[in-house]
Amino acid sequence: MPVSREGAPSGDRPPRREGGGGRKQYFRRRKVCKFCTEKIDMIDYKDVRLVGEFIAERGKILPRRLTGTCSTHQRALSEAIKRARNIALLPFAAGA
Amino acid sequence: MRNYEIIFIVRPDVSDDDVQKLITQMEGVVASAGGKVEKVEKMGRRRLAYRVEKQREGFYVLFFVTGTGDTVKEFERRLKVTDAVIKHLTICTDEILQRAAKFKTLRTKQEAKRRRSKPAPASAPPPAPAENAQA
Repeated sequence: MPVSREGAPSGDRPPRREGGGGRKQYFRRRKVCKFCTEKIDMIDYKDVRLVGEFIAERGKILPRRLTGTCSTHQRALSEAIKRARNIALLPFAAGA
Repeated sequence: MRNYEIIFIVRPDVSDDDVQKLITQMEGVVASAGGKVEKVEKMGRRRLAYRVEKQREGFYVLFFVTGTGDTVKEFERRLKVTDAVIKHLTICTDEILQRAAKFKTLRTKQEAKRRRSKPAPASAPPPAPAENAQA
């Protein structure tokens, strides 16, 4: 019956995947796009502090599944990161 | 006429006066090539993320220019022949600004919509428990 489900606290967390092959399931916070929540319209490549959050230690662009960025913003973000790299604001490969 | 953003890096061993001289010179280049300098911004001395021409630091200068492709072409040519400039990047900002403006109007519209429709969801939940009670 759907009634019981309605009664349950409607979570905004995603439903747990079942049948993970016995892998340990742990609670993950739902990630949301930073640019959507903070209402950043334009991702500026000159803003190293903002864009730098989305690169890994070695200078790689972090994937969406780790950062929770929405696809629109991930596209704009990757563009910004590549521009920042071009003008030596961000590294192509860091800590080598 | 389009909007461009030209950023370039000057060698760190160039004195501030010379940087200023270079900036006024480049402003002249833009004017003579039929463009208009909207704004010049000195972003200052920064550490480079990687070595460029054996330099680890650089002085960033940012130009906001309105002009045609020829303006940018001449500007870039001058940057290339200037030894003090070690790196430059030109970006056409028209599309970016357009997209930002679009997002902004979309968002304000959405917010207005949400504000208008807010009373509705607030009144919607009460009927649901009532249904449960009946079941």
